[in-house]
Amino acid sequence: MSTDILERREAVPDGRSGGTHVPPAGPGRPRRRRRPDAGQLTAWAFIAPVVLYLAVFYAYPLIRNVDLSVRDYTVRSFIDGTAPFIGFENFTDVFASPTFGPALVNTLLFTGVSIAFQFSIGMALAVFFFQRFPLSSTLRALFLVPWLLPLIVSASTWSWMLNSESGVVNSVIETFGGSQVNWLTSPQWALTSVIVANIWIGIPFNLVILYGGLQNISGDLYEAAALDGANAWQKFWRITFPLLRPVSAITILLGLVYTLKVFDIIWIMTRGGPGDASTTFAIWSYQLGFGSTLPTFGPAAAVGNLLIVMALICGFVYLRVQRKQSRS
Amino acid sequence: MISFIRSKKTAVAVVGLAAVSLALTGCAGGSSGGSSSAASGTYTFWDPYPQFDDSSDWAKLVQACGTEAGVTVERTGYDTSDLTSKALLAGQQGNSPDLLLVDNPVVSTLAEAGLLTDTDETGADTSDIEQNILAAGQIDGATYGVPIGANTLALYYNKTVLDAAGVDPASITDWNTLTSALEKVSASGGKGITFSAIGTEEGSFQFLPWYWGSGAELTDLSSDDAVSALDLWTGWVEDGYAPNSVIGNTQTTSWQEFLTGEYAFGENGTWQLAGVKDSGIDYGIISIPAKDGGAAPAPTGGEFLTVPVQSDDARYDVSEKIRACLTSTDNLVATDTTLSYVAPTKDAQEQQVQADPDLEPWVTAVGDAKGRTSDDLGTEYPKISEQLWKAVQNSLSGSSSAQDALDEAQQAAESATK
Repeated sequence: MSTDILERREAVPDGRSGGTHVPPAGPGRPRRRRRPDAGQLTAWAFIAPVVLYLAVFYAYPLIRNVDLSVRDYTVRSFIDGTAPFIGFENFTDVFASPTFGPALVNTLLFTGVSIAFQFSIGMALAVFFFQRFPLSSTLRALFLVPWLLPLIVSASTWSWMLNSESGVVNSVIETFGGSQVNWLTSPQWALTSVIVANIWIGIPFNLVILYGGLQNISGDLYEAAALDGANAWQKFWRITFPLLRPVSAITILLGLVYTLKVFDIIWIMTRGGPGDASTTFAIWSYQLGFGSTLPTFGPAAAVGNLLIVMALICGFVYLRVQRKQSRS
Repeated sequence: MISFIRSKKTAVAVVGLAAVSLALTGCAGGSSGGSSSAASGTYTFWDPYPQFDDSSDWAKLVQACGTEAGVTVERTGYDTSDLTSKALLAGQQGNSPDLLLVDNPVVSTLAEAGLLTDTDETGADTSDIEQNILAAGQIDGATYGVPIGANTLALYYNKTVLDAAGVDPASITDWNTLTSALEKVSASGGKGITFSAIGTEEGSFQFLPWYWGSGAELTDLSSDDAVSALDLWTGWVEDGYAPNSVIGNTQTTSWQEFLTGEYAFGENGTWQLAGVKDSGIDYGIISIPAKDGGAAPAPTGGEFLTVPVQSDDARYDVSEKIRACLTSTDNLVATDTTLSYVAPTKDAQEQQVQADPDLEPWVTAVGDAKGRTSDDLGTEYPKISEQLWKAVQNSLSGSSSAQDALDEAQQAAESATK
């Protein structure tokens, strides 16, 4: 029992650093080699449920999605199971669609701008709350509210606030002598509005992770810097920012993946409209697959695959950056 | 201690394996056992009315019709949007319900998938059903269901707002008189008209009365008539006769705007009748005017009672008896009163108007209405409709002119339905 606890204690710091560095692959193996065959069997038995789970719930849907995107899948094929193979026709249809251009630009803008603001505001707040002042933990908890609310609640609230006729935002603007802005119904503003709502929702996530990262930076460094006469600005750029880099990288990567697939906020606020003004790939895929009474699953799957590819590219970029960091 | 743990691990692994294999066989058993769903004597019935529980009049009526046919009916209510995919899935697995009540534009989709029997096969009598309502369930000469009721759109008006502006609702007979009425309302400080132009099927549903009222056909989205209809709506939004929020309005949010009492007109359906009576608004109803006068054909809403294909076609007999019972005049009147629908047969409509004279304008409106999938559009309708609502959105939001928006829509619709 006692050895168990000791081992676990050792494992904790190890596991923590594993989150930020590539875990050294060495030490696990030789110990396992000593095990006889029975042990190996046991190991496989332990792995089997996970492998099965991964295959059924992850690999199969992915393969099925790729398969769907190269077939002409209509309502009829839904019943009799015959969907002729049509190669890349769904993809060429998707690329040729007048929605493709706007959807691509919107997806990139939505993701890029959201991440930039979520991350910088989240970082600023994390550093701010790290100062520990009276009530700081209460205030920090308040910043988590957007994260705790169900998306349907926050998105509906945003769409009420931004309503052209009766929204509180416009009524404030009009009180100060401005004129009505059609936040959700004009092609110029619709995308901006959903991005603002998404930034608001994403800040707590960035705040929490970055705040956690800050706690891992040793106070000695700041003390030393203070002795050397560094000001707050220098402390941030010379100590906090570089040391937070691994945490920042994972925060941004997770943020990218979350933001690429954002659907609910946009759907509730604008339905991707007006026209295609706030249609992203996620919205478009849904519209193709489930938006009308006649579903077109093939093109919907093709758009879904494009999303997966975009997320994969982000993943590879992250891996590269991480490898570079661990090398230096 | 260590050895104990080791053996425990093995034990856990064995249990884990056993659990997995159990789960696997469980899966296999489940999928093979699913096909024989309804035992003889029990007939399944799906409808899109989850708001009615077993104690409701509707559920009791369904049970009574089952009893009359000598069987027990097992009724399940699904959400409207859920029901289509549920029906498709059930069809895929070969355990469709015996009777399925679905929204009329879905009938063509399900029929296209080969899931529904036509009325010749089951021997249903549809001779007394109004042709314009029945047409939504007809494809290539075959009829795939019996409507249990219809609803459609008309203009609700607020007498107080109109009086303040000095507008007589009876003077509104065509688009020009309607627009000048809106102008007067606007000048008197009131708000004009609210409708739903959201980028979904609802938006097309609300635009169609104006579209058809201009004389345009769904087969040519970019005709001059079509452009004139979209110009009418766009003009209203530009001149402030309609609020900008219509672009994002669902029919419900548009209705909430009308219920504020500030709007002179609201385009909405029969189903809001009960709500407007409770709201205390001094209301009236007129048909949606066509461009050059008269009532415009509005799209019909409402459900069709269908008999999905079964592996055992002996079941159709009883299913048909239940359907005939539910669509008999007396039962139609009872059902359509509960749902605030207009009955699909002349006899039943007369009885409804006798009981509630308020329904008179709705019966007229339904008489002028037209199914969205009619004109043999069938499953092409959803593709055309999608382009139509996009064009409406593009024009109303000012991102392109009505002409350009509809030209683009026509091109896209052509390539989608080629």
